[in-house]
Amino acid sequence: MNSLSTKHLLGIEPLTPEDIQMIFQVADNFKDIINRPIKKVPTLRDITIANLFFENSTRTKLSFELAEKRLSADVVNFSAASSSVKKGETLIDTVNNILAMKVDMVVMRHPSPGAAVFLSKHIDSVIINAGDGTHEHPTQALLDGYSIREKLGEVKGKKVVIVGDILHSRVALSNIHCLQKLGAEVKVCGPLTLMPKYIESLGVEVETNLKKALEWCDVANMLRIQHERQEIKHFPSLKEYTLQYGLTQEILDSLNKEIVIMHPGPINRGVEISSEIADSNNSIILNQVENGVAIRMAVIYLLAGKI
Amino acid sequence: MSLTEREILNETEINILISRLTRQLIENHNLFENSVLIGVQPRGIYVATRLQQKLKELSGIEVTTGAIDTTFFRDDFRRKDKPLLPSVTNLDFSIESKRIILVDDVLFSGRTVRAAMDALMTYGRPASIELLVLVDRRFSRNLPIEANYVGKFIDTLSNERVEVEWKEIEGTDKVILIKK
Repeated sequence: MNSLSTKHLLGIEPLTPEDIQMIFQVADNFKDIINRPIKKVPTLRDITIANLFFENSTRTKLSFELAEKRLSADVVNFSAASSSVKKGETLIDTVNNILAMKVDMVVMRHPSPGAAVFLSKHIDSVIINAGDGTHEHPTQALLDGYSIREKLGEVKGKKVVIVGDILHSRVALSNIHCLQKLGAEVKVCGPLTLMPKYIESLGVEVETNLKKALEWCDVANMLRIQHERQEIKHFPSLKEYTLQYGLTQEILDSLNKEIVIMHPGPINRGVEISSEIADSNNSIILNQVENGVAIRMAVIYLLAGKI
Repeated sequence: MSLTEREILNETEINILISRLTRQLIENHNLFENSVLIGVQPRGIYVATRLQQKLKELSGIEVTTGAIDTTFFRDDFRRKDKPLLPSVTNLDFSIESKRIILVDDVLFSGRTVRAAMDALMTYGRPASIELLVLVDRRFSRNLPIEANYVGKFIDTLSNERVEVEWKEIEGTDKVILIKK
């Protein structure tokens, strides 16, 4: 077996554990390539990829674009802010117009959950979901799992706690699926108002005490509070959230073990994580960013083979 | 369709070829001060390892040896049903200004060698690249590529396949010709 079980990357949920391992294995090669003097391979020189970003992004967009360019694909970029979407064009029309210009693959971020799945049903092109609302962000989960594997040797049997705004986080959902498929144990931690209603049905335990969660885990993945998706107040004040769920040197010192600290970015320093922790040796935040390019190259490479 | 297999080289014969190739390399590279062996993944690495061992046996020289993967430089991506899964590239030394001896098991169309040379160039600018192959299927080249050192020339038809088996994987060293 040397091919993914799926034509698109719409989420982690449809992937098999073998798919994920295959992506990791190919990413190892790309990680080697992006550390060479010449960071580029000619593999996808006959492929054109459109990056459609209907929602703001810095890291993911740059990371995808770099991954595409290092595979020698031609890249066109599109962001909703400066497009005809503002003039009333529908999603399918926008994408069909772009595909009419002979684009082979679409990388899309969209504020609506399910946008990528919807598109895959109506459009004849390979689709990579770069984040759809509060639903999934598969490449982030893959790079998170890959970074844990790199740091701790393997993901299987590891205990991972995801801390923060689980309710509005696509990173959390994709991470839960990915880590469980790889055999890790997952807990979520945060105020109950930021927990989705049926989270336990995913086989995930909820812990409201940060210290207890940290004592249990090998890896803590700290999430940002997603103010842009919150219509009501879920906790009294940011200051109070930081006091209860902010990761500080003090609380890490009180544990009698070392844990790995992750964050998908963007970091709000002094809110969910203190500056000294974010910059400490236990933090693999920048490794995550580096691995992001290798993982996205692997996903694009494996899916491009199916065009 | 039935497959028929014929053994072309056995373990002893392969060993004789490796000895001869090693001596030819010594003739051209003397003490190997600035020369390195690089095996082409996935199967050229076993030839490279044997040359390395034989060189140590014959002259006590420990030559630097690496492996190069050609997957992302191939010209048949998307022309096959499934994407090729890459192997490991292992070059923990600089190839800048080195004399490279590229090593593979079988030379056929020449396309893999072209890809390997392109892959190598992304690591730097070697002084020169030579090609060593255990088996050369002559008269079947698609590209203007020839080997500097050849273990054995064989004439084959297009419906035949040459496979080299190694102790490390298949249990014995031998070269077989398979007819479809």
